Amino acid sequence: WPYCRKRCSYCNFNTYVVRAVDEAAVRACLVREAQTLLRLSQVYSVTSVFFGGGTPSLASPGTVAAVLEAVAGAAHLPAAAEVTLEANPSSASTSGLAGFRAAGVNRLSIGVQSLDDAELRMLGREHTAAEARQAVEAARGLFPGRTSIDLLFGLPGQSRDAWAQQLEAALRLCDDHISLYQLTLERGTALAAQVRGGALPAPSQDLLADMYETARNVLVAAGFRHYEVSNFARKGALSTHNLSYWRADEYIGVGPGAHGRFILRSEGGCSREARVQTLEPITWMQEVQSQGHGTRSRVVLNPLEQLEELLTLGLRTDEGITHERWEHFSPQLSLQDVFGEPGEARALQQEGWLVLDSGGLRCTWAGLAVLDSLLPDLLWQLQRA
Amino acid sequence: QEKLDMSTYPVESIRNFSIIAHVDHGKSTLADRLLEITGTISKTDRNKQVLDKLQVERERGITVKAQSASLFYSHEGINYLLNLIDTPGHVDFSYEVSRSLSACQGVILVVDANEGIQAQTVANFYLAFEAQLSIIPVINKIDLKNADPERVEKQIEKLFDIPTDECIRISAKQGTNVEKVLQKVVEKIPPPQCNTTDPLKALVFDSTFDHYRGVIANIALFGGEITRGQKIVSAHTKKRYEVNEVGILTPNEQPTHKLYAGQVGYLIAGMKEVTEAQIGDTLFLYKQPVEPLPGFKSAKPMVFAGMYPIDQTEYNNLKSALERLTLNDSSVTVHRDSSLALGAGWRLGFLGLLHMEVFNQRLEQEYNMSVILTAPTVPYKAVLSSAKLIKEYGRDQITIINPAQFPDKLSVSEYLEPTVLGTIVTPQEYIGKIITLCQDRRAVQKDMLYIDENRVMLKYLFPLNEIVVDFYDALKSLSSGYASFDYEDAGYQSADLIKMDILVNGNPVEELATIIHKDKAYAAGKILCERLKETIPRQLFEIAIQAAIGKKIIARETLKAYRKNVVAKCYGGDITRRMKLLKRQAEGKRLMRKIGNVEVPRDAFIRVLKRDTDK
Repeated sequence: WPYCRKRCSYCNFNTYVVRAVDEAAVRACLVREAQTLLRLSQVYSVTSVFFGGGTPSLASPGTVAAVLEAVAGAAHLPAAAEVTLEANPSSASTSGLAGFRAAGVNRLSIGVQSLDDAELRMLGREHTAAEARQAVEAARGLFPGRTSIDLLFGLPGQSRDAWAQQLEAALRLCDDHISLYQLTLERGTALAAQVRGGALPAPSQDLLADMYETARNVLVAAGFRHYEVSNFARKGALSTHNLSYWRADEYIGVGPGAHGRFILRSEGGCSREARVQTLEPITWMQEVQSQGHGTRSRVVLNPLEQLEELLTLGLRTDEGITHERWEHFSPQLSLQDVFGEPGEARALQQEGWLVLDSGGLRCTWAGLAVLDSLLPDLLWQLQRA
Repeated sequence: QEKLDMSTYPVESIRNFSIIAHVDHGKSTLADRLLEITGTISKTDRNKQVLDKLQVERERGITVKAQSASLFYSHEGINYLLNLIDTPGHVDFSYEVSRSLSACQGVILVVDANEGIQAQTVANFYLAFEAQLSIIPVINKIDLKNADPERVEKQIEKLFDIPTDECIRISAKQGTNVEKVLQKVVEKIPPPQCNTTDPLKALVFDSTFDHYRGVIANIALFGGEITRGQKIVSAHTKKRYEVNEVGILTPNEQPTHKLYAGQVGYLIAGMKEVTEAQIGDTLFLYKQPVEPLPGFKSAKPMVFAGMYPIDQTEYNNLKSALERLTLNDSSVTVHRDSSLALGAGWRLGFLGLLHMEVFNQRLEQEYNMSVILTAPTVPYKAVLSSAKLIKEYGRDQITIINPAQFPDKLSVSEYLEPTVLGTIVTPQEYIGKIITLCQDRRAVQKDMLYIDENRVMLKYLFPLNEIVVDFYDALKSLSSGYASFDYEDAGYQSADLIKMDILVNGNPVEELATIIHKDKAYAAGKILCERLKETIPRQLFEIAIQAAIGKKIIARETLKAYRKNVVAKCYGGDITRRMKLLKRQAEGKRLMRKIGNVEVPRDAFIRVLKRDTDK
């Protein structure tokens, strides 16, 4: 859902603030595009659906229901499939949650970001900490064990202590899933301009490292499993949808700016494509209406590129890349063939950053925090093989 | 094309003169006006620096290569041949100036009416004075608001002992009184003392290379005559040539039938390289050798810099560009050199910093080449005491250009560094700061005197390496631009030199090694370490960057290890950009240089070594 009521100071996503949204038209296009793309890919069964944006909780439950109906009509959508909705904690959204559950949503992701009002103001969020608490409580009531909260760390001017307090507060409030994101100052955002202009301080690399380590340790101590660079879950409440990204499964992106990775079997193809839908909503709607879908770009990924993506994303998870997964994309060369011989991976293993064993290839606890220093070497080793 | 007949100008009607001055005091503008008045060139607005043919000369407003022009002037019924030799004004080219002057019998000394006497005014005056030339003082730019000709006349009287009433006040820009200058030239400068019946004796005071016609040498005849078909010999190279063409410059080449003693012009004789026609050389007829004209010196480079192509694939292009550029500049010395980080390149020797900058600019403008210039170094010397090394080099004193060649203290009885005698002219309010600056550069004061109530002249003996990078800039900056500087070679002095190594996690980095005076090692080492720290990317372990003299560490910076380097942001399925970035980094790793286990990008060294050209 590519619309928001206002743009947060740090956001550079493909979202639009407009006075009035023709929901019926957008809904019809989402439905149409979902049907078209499902048919093109000939996917048999859908394991998860994720409503993102923008602010999806601004849409009406009717739209959610219509899209789910379209998916069920074009492919098999089991009852156990995970259906997530992203929501903003403002009071209007909270009361609508029940409606979304009725429409088919069975998991909620709430953009809390911070539990400090001053920080929320700096971020340009339109809710208070109190409102966030209420929203989470309401969500936990409707989606017990299936509520996730988003938190940001590394805010300009945020101290170690302030962050530690945030973690405490979040732990008291949260359900069984937390997404922890480091604030990145993207070019073109208001917050980045403030920092660049000197109005706000930029956090140091060391401080960010400390905050991240602290968070990992605190959350693990509270029973969470750090299953991906930014994601923590306890009692098995992992996000099925996100896992499919990191395992390089197929996913279809529907809506303006959505991304996808799938195979066009209907055209007899067998290559995985990287696809992006048209960014601007009005243009996107025109394309969907005339051609059935508004795909701006499609690029076939060659086997090496697919493996590179699998490597880059797979290593972000604690389970890493299993041998089975690797073989699916690389029937000729096993993980052992590529990374087992003396070379970069072996050196990184010896230094304690990486593990290659019967379970596959994955980072150690320490290695996960410096993954981007390991990847260039591994990619180079992969290219050579 | 009809050739001119030069025999109609007897020796008594010839005047050979030069214009000398400090930078920007108006030499070239005066030359423009003289050319116009004598009808040599037509009077238009576009006559600006007519004699400066190089683009770089015109842009920077300086004269790099000496040009000459023959002017025809009629005064009181007699037709005179006035040979004007334009000279480079800059300190780097004082040798060229002295050779040009040896072809003259007088000079016009131009002084800016507002700036007054400056360092090069003094230096050039002494050159002319020592050559026993007549000196016509001219005060220029009287049209400007701050002109104070009276004050300048007094300076001239005090410093040069020339009576104030001999000064001519002019405005070269507007042409005011320029005719008077010409008249003075005729009246005051004596004709050359030489004879056409003597055997040929010609001085080469410059040369250029023309792709179609070969080397064109600028010559002044001290005796005899020269014409097409004659066989001549170079006193320096001993090579023999046949004369193809002779002529005068107006300022373009105009062939003549002959050139006679006392006259100035050009010669083409089948020489293929400008090194065959070196400045200060003497030419004579085959089988009639003469005593060579005194003062000839091979061009001595004072400043060295490493020059490397930005990428090794450009090596051949740069090589041919250098070959062609040095065709026309025999004072640049070229040695092949190579560096582990920068690849194959050259070590070039220049007459000075300006010479180097002009050269670099010409490379960019005329040959479209961008290069990496590493910090200039100076030629140190060492007196060897080790029998083994003396045998290896074939002599007991060697010149060290590359730090890798630096002989160990144990094998050396003395290290020597080149020095210069610098002249600074400054308003008195900056004396304190300037003295501090000079002391900071290990300079020793040799003289200090007041030129007038406001201005002081200081003479200091500097180690050359202390001024080759940024002394001039520092001087200008702390004197708000009012201080001026000139220098001349002053031989070598004993010095406490050491070789400073840069180590990364204990491994030495060869291309960053420098030869430096013991007293300056710490400061320089610290800067190098700091700069290197900024250019090496963080890695998974700590990196120690050190400056060392032998085994002793004198400066250190530490680059901490990465504790977190993973993108923890919300993706939304968009990994394409991330993949591109990572793949670029993977590519980059391939180009990295490994020093021990530290990965260093190739351009880290470039950034550390590069001259700071932007301030």
